[in-house]
Amino acid sequence: MDKTSRKVVVLPCSGIGKAYGTLARETAYELAERVRPEKTTLTCLPLLVINDPDAQKLVTENPVITIDGCPRDCARKSLEAAGGTAAQACQAIKFYTAHKDLKPEGLAQLNEAGRKLAQVAAEDLAATVDRLAADG
Amino acid sequence: MMDIQVTKVGIVSCSGEERPEGTVCRMACRKVLDQLRPNETVTICLPLFIAGGEEERAFASKYPTITVDGCDKRCAAKATEALSGKPSRSLLVPEILEKHGLAVPTARRDYGPAEEPAVRAVADEIAQAVDQTLEEA
Repeated sequence: MDKTSRKVVVLPCSGIGKAYGTLARETAYELAERVRPEKTTLTCLPLLVINDPDAQKLVTENPVITIDGCPRDCARKSLEAAGGTAAQACQAIKFYTAHKDLKPEGLAQLNEAGRKLAQVAAEDLAATVDRLAADG
Repeated sequence: MMDIQVTKVGIVSCSGEERPEGTVCRMACRKVLDQLRPNETVTICLPLFIAGGEEERAFASKYPTITVDGCDKRCAAKATEALSGKPSRSLLVPEILEKHGLAVPTARRDYGPAEEPAVRAVADEIAQAVDQTLEEA
């Protein structure tokens, strides 16, 4: 992938057992679908777990933002196991500590406050995406 | 496992962030875990097979396991078998939806009534697989 087509890969936690995992994923969707759709792309974290060559190529040839939902840091560790390094490693709980008026709740889907927090977090990450996309 | 009564089944869901089928997977698995078979099921985050420790990797030896995948790459089934243990059953969302004559939802999030039939069909198949697995254990 050359510089002109360079995209920032957003790799969220894939957890389905904690609200912060859901927040991580929702933030990734906000970035990829609304805030910076032209500069970001998503990939499935489990593809790295099974050593999928296309996913490995994607995350080793492009800058990656990991968003983890718990201290186990699955997204960051899976990226590293695939040979990549996070350009920015985020913890979803820190989105909440920065915006304590928005308490995320819900496992399958977030409550309204959680969805709003994902929007805000994605907007906070937009400058990082712009920088990473512009870097050669 | 042969000498003790098996009361729980492990559900391993593809997370499929990239595809709508992955969202159907997650929503259906949560419906089983929370509503349809809350006392008979447990789950684990798939990447913990790599990022976790021995306890997580022993998941499939502690519980008979059902994997649920959103596409034919079958990440959940492959990762469970390679890193934890052979699943008892492996389900595939597109096959279930085709069997029920349902289209794959087009959205990756914000699921509501339009997506509910797909989620419900997959959840019912998982619940049925849970019952069968417990009967056989």
